[in-house]
Amino acid sequence: MEKSSEKSTKKQPWFWSSAVASILLRLVLIVYYPNTLNFSSRPEISTPLTSLRRLAEGYWLKQSSMSPYAGSMYHGSPLLLSILGPLTIDRGEGKPNHLLCGLAFVIADFITAILIRAIGQLLQVADTKSLKSLGATRHLNVSENFPSGDIAALVYLWNPLTIITCLGYSTSPIENLVIVLALFGACKRLVPLAAFGWVMASHLSLYPVILVIPLVLLVGFGLDTPPRKLFSLDSTTFSWRRVFIFILWASIWAIYVLILCGISLKEYSSLGEMFKRTYGFILSVEDLSPNIGVLWYFFAEVFDFFRNFFLMVFHINILFMVLPLAIRLHHRPCFLAFVYIAISSVLKSYPSVGDSALYLGLLGLFVNALADMQFSFFLFSGYLGTLLLSPVMHNLWIWRGTGNANFYYATAMAYACFQIILVVESVSSMLNHDRALKQGTTTVEKKVQ
Amino acid sequence: MARFVHSIFVLLLVFVCYVVSESTSDAVEQLDGEEFSEELLFRALPDRKVLSHFHFESRVPPTSSYGHHHRLFPKAIYQLVHKYRIREMELSFTQGRWNYESWGGFDPVASTNAKPPGVELWAVFDVPSDQVDASWKNLTHTLSGLFCASINFLESSTTYSSPDWSFKSLSSNLRYGSLPREAVCTENLTPWLKLLPCRDKSGISSLMDRPSIYRGFYHSQRLHLTSGEFNPVPSNHGIVLQQTLTVVLQPNTLETHGRKLQPNWSMSSLFGKTVDGKCSLAKSSNIYLHLEGNLVHNMKNEGDYSNFELSISPDTITKEVNPFHKQHPSILYGFSINHSSHNSKPFDLGFKWKLPVTWSCVKPPLHVTRFLMGSGNEKGAIALSLQSTELSQNLDHNQKCKLHVDVFQVVPWYIKVYYHTAKVYVNGILQSHEDTIEKLSVSPSEDKVSPGVMEMSLSLPCDLKSASLTLEFDKGFLHIDEYPPDANQGFDIPSAIISYPQFQTRMEYKQDNGSIKSPMVSKMQEKRKILSYTEVLLVPLTTPDFSMPYNVITITCTVFALYFGSLMNALRRRVGEEERLLKEKDKKIGKLPLLLSKLSAKLRGRPWDPPSSPPPSSTSKFISSKVILKIVLIAAIAFGWQYYYG
Repeated sequence: MEKSSEKSTKKQPWFWSSAVASILLRLVLIVYYPNTLNFSSRPEISTPLTSLRRLAEGYWLKQSSMSPYAGSMYHGSPLLLSILGPLTIDRGEGKPNHLLCGLAFVIADFITAILIRAIGQLLQVADTKSLKSLGATRHLNVSENFPSGDIAALVYLWNPLTIITCLGYSTSPIENLVIVLALFGACKRLVPLAAFGWVMASHLSLYPVILVIPLVLLVGFGLDTPPRKLFSLDSTTFSWRRVFIFILWASIWAIYVLILCGISLKEYSSLGEMFKRTYGFILSVEDLSPNIGVLWYFFAEVFDFFRNFFLMVFHINILFMVLPLAIRLHHRPCFLAFVYIAISSVLKSYPSVGDSALYLGLLGLFVNALADMQFSFFLFSGYLGTLLLSPVMHNLWIWRGTGNANFYYATAMAYACFQIILVVESVSSMLNHDRALKQGTTTVEKKVQ
Repeated sequence: MARFVHSIFVLLLVFVCYVVSESTSDAVEQLDGEEFSEELLFRALPDRKVLSHFHFESRVPPTSSYGHHHRLFPKAIYQLVHKYRIREMELSFTQGRWNYESWGGFDPVASTNAKPPGVELWAVFDVPSDQVDASWKNLTHTLSGLFCASINFLESSTTYSSPDWSFKSLSSNLRYGSLPREAVCTENLTPWLKLLPCRDKSGISSLMDRPSIYRGFYHSQRLHLTSGEFNPVPSNHGIVLQQTLTVVLQPNTLETHGRKLQPNWSMSSLFGKTVDGKCSLAKSSNIYLHLEGNLVHNMKNEGDYSNFELSISPDTITKEVNPFHKQHPSILYGFSINHSSHNSKPFDLGFKWKLPVTWSCVKPPLHVTRFLMGSGNEKGAIALSLQSTELSQNLDHNQKCKLHVDVFQVVPWYIKVYYHTAKVYVNGILQSHEDTIEKLSVSPSEDKVSPGVMEMSLSLPCDLKSASLTLEFDKGFLHIDEYPPDANQGFDIPSAIISYPQFQTRMEYKQDNGSIKSPMVSKMQEKRKILSYTEVLLVPLTTPDFSMPYNVITITCTVFALYFGSLMNALRRRVGEEERLLKEKDKKIGKLPLLLSKLSAKLRGRPWDPPSSPPPSSTSKFISSKVILKIVLIAAIAFGWQYYYG
């Protein structure tokens, strides 16, 4: 235990320099190369929900005393409008000064990375503890080699997807921040913080609602442990009291957020319209502009008669997997949260690479457990290939007019497939890891006997 | 006997004829209530073309004093007005674009008859504001049936709008819609002519030879309706129906006297027809020749007044009084057709130039063009460019002098305009919104529900050379059913309407014995706002692959199945000790065979030995019997179903 902490302190300078370098890179890109690649209008980066341009339009509408949801431009939270709106206004030089916004997103990214690192350290401590108690020294030695928190944080910070999301002026860094905040709060057992993060995350983008299961498990059981059933451990009991406190705090925060929204929408709009324009817009997939998801082309092509049926089918597909995953992975709530985030970012109605950036960062937390995951090189090259091909196909279709929609749709399909393979492989290798743990410990036990 | 009968028959015939003639003379006397007049205005245009403007006006006194029965006024229109409680309505069918540069846009004729291409309809209703939309929808359907046009496309809430102040400062019950792509042809003209009492059989309307009308450069057929039927205060103002047809034609110039001379024309050379006489039901039937102020002035410069020659000497010559901004007065030559159709020679007005002359029409204060910027099918910008003309250059050049321009622009929902990106440039320099935009009301477009409407009042400095307004937009992506059959042609953005609240146009004519009592001239004498329409924009939108629905559905569903199946498989896959655990459970479960074997052992009187491992053949047999049982059951159900319902 002490050794590992020493090691992590030793590694800290390396981590910090690298993290600061990534922040500096962002700042340099924001200050010196604004809008060189027009990241803010890339469909991969800014979706109708997260586009800052739409937020600026919503803010303008609100400033001219209209409902920010008038028209079908803005679909985000009224709170974001109040926070980010003033940063988007024109400063008179003809071009909107996005420097402050960029700075806000860089800070959000940095805090997210720090929180991921903290989660990683907590996880590692818990892991070492439980492995020691089981006596699986072989795994213990392996796990000491990788400070997973540092790796995850650096993966998040240096991930090109995160960087382009930050440069693309979309609000996904803030959504990612509140999701990670909820996880961090639950890992630290800071129940009010976890509840706040969860409420904010579901307020901003609806899909994190399903994170309530891993959060409750984290709050109730504590951090990830090897499966209790296999080891017949019943040391930890589910603490209903904390879960109750979590629910209490969540409802307090929800009421608070709703009151804040009501105040900021007063005179212009109502909460009913807000829900219709945010959640309703997410659920009914009204905007058919291309993105890296699979639903836009489907709903642009499907017969109107079947539209509602397929809407239900696709949304239920996310909900269907929630329970089986929760049953099978309830002993690893953090990993469960990662799987949920990954699934929802594959199947959500307006996905962006910002969502992928978050789950790829969280994947780094389980670098020890998933060390022997299959197809990792294949997946890496798949991600690289589709993400490079996607702008090319978009350009061919939209700008040159030489390709057609199917080209772009094919890359979206391939991207979805790669993400699905990643999720499935990580889940099965996590289950295998648990089995291997069991085998390792049983051999140890036999040796001891 | 036969002779007697014959004489009686003749007597009867004479009597009947007498009665009929009596009654017709009565009818003519009773026409005081209803009036119909037909007029035609010719004007030579500077670019060797001729504007002919037909104006038919029918009036009916209010129902309260006159009753429901009409002789002249079209019943269809009367019923329309009463059914939908229309206070004012205008419908225009236009082909071609009015050339504001050379045909002018300031005088009343040009300002009211320059219309956007396609169909434009606006109406003011006298109903409670929550019923206006319903009335509008019904009205569009009725008009669509009346005029054989697809006006019913204006029914959808994505196509019409309700401008507040920029279009017409009237009331909230105004609805405005336009269909830029509607093709206008004779099938629209025929029902329009049916509303005239003489149709095109006699009178001025008999000039309307279809091939010559549709050969023109510009063709606009308009129907304007005002009714005072629903005024709270009873008035003697009933329903007034104005039907105008404005055609810009190129005279045939076979005899070329050099390029300098303007082409000569006559009614027969323009239309290939002449007027045989007036429509006998018309109260007045006049033909006017309008010479613009600039033309009159330029002819004076030549030193000789007789630059041209008319084939028929005019009945009246009227000069304009109090012309706007000290311009030169224009002259109106009037010819009245009083004779009936069959007792004199046909009326054929000819106009012959003797000396060359050049002039220019009075343009609107600013010359407006609208265009698209940007490339690609993702985003773009609409730019509205305003250029000063000589009219605005003649304004006072004070520091405080401001030129007010109202812009009314409707944008379909698939053009998603970012109104916060509105930028105003004056003489190429970006201006702040506070200085230039005086008033701005926007109702942003809602997807598949309503179009985006922008009403903007610009106040520009008087000494401007050019100004421009830009708005950025994103292009929307539609469902495949929402694309028209020719999806790759693009989508139209209807014309924007530019008006100048500071300027009002009117032409005042006075004769020695009072003003001219002509509906068209009195229309020209009314003060009215100057409107000009911009071009229709054609926006190409990205199309999906229209042949792909089945492929997309199957491929997407396959991906979802891949996700669901493989994740479920990964979750339920068990190896090693879990399988062993399961096997142990299996052993425990197999109680029934255990019981059976015990029972059989007892029956046989043999000591029972527990089967350490049940022989595989027996289990397989057991399973197969189960399978057979299931198959038999299903077959029985199927048979029963077939028997009872088949």
